[in-house]
Amino acid sequence: MQVKVLLFASVAEKAGVRKIQLDLERGDRVCDVRDRLLRAYPQLSPHVPTLMYALDEEYVREDALVPDGATLALIPPVSGG
Amino acid sequence: MLIRVTDQELRTDEAVAAVASPRAGAIDVFLGVVRDNNLGREVGYLEYEAYPSMAERVMREIAEEAKERFGLEDCAVLHRTGRLEIGETSLLIAISSAHRSAAFEGGRWLVDAIKKQVPVWKKEVWGDGGAWIEGPESLGVQQAPAGVRE
Repeated sequence: MQVKVLLFASVAEKAGVRKIQLDLERGDRVCDVRDRLLRAYPQLSPHVPTLMYALDEEYVREDALVPDGATLALIPPVSGG
Repeated sequence: MLIRVTDQELRTDEAVAAVASPRAGAIDVFLGVVRDNNLGREVGYLEYEAYPSMAERVMREIAEEAKERFGLEDCAVLHRTGRLEIGETSLLIAISSAHRSAAFEGGRWLVDAIKKQVPVWKKEVWGDGGAWIEGPESLGVQQAPAGVRE
């Protein structure tokens, strides 16, 4: 199944990419997607402890199931305002 | 309810007009503006980045909750993105309510919630470098915001 991953701010800068299309196994969770990204972009590992995740624009825990066609956003600590 | 993430200048008069109501005896306006220093370091300008569609969605959820909690008439929440110079407005909030105390208290709550939950990031840029701010005001991974889907 297809999943789109969005990267922002420090994480996008570190990875050098803002959007990644992935082909996943059905039943994959957010943490599985993250771990797969870490294999391709090991430079992101220092960010993992503070990362939050959003599936289709809603914050989710890292054990949330990723539906087919979803958009997963990696959200570093926010600093708006 | 006026909710917007934009790279255009934020206008106070627009936000005030958007929340004006014959039932409101008070309108509270808050501006977050770019200052020239942070943690003892001089700041040249700020670069704001957002996940715009989600940011607007979260801003709307927070504004709806503020309306409910504080019995507000209406809220406007606008956040700017892109390069902002010192003194420019990055966050604009206007709140109307029957009486002033709800507007003040609701405004304080709203700004705090927005700074913690809305997917927007600022980068401080100075003479010879820059850094993304992942500040103490933001949530760590152990404190996902309310409403997290299981």
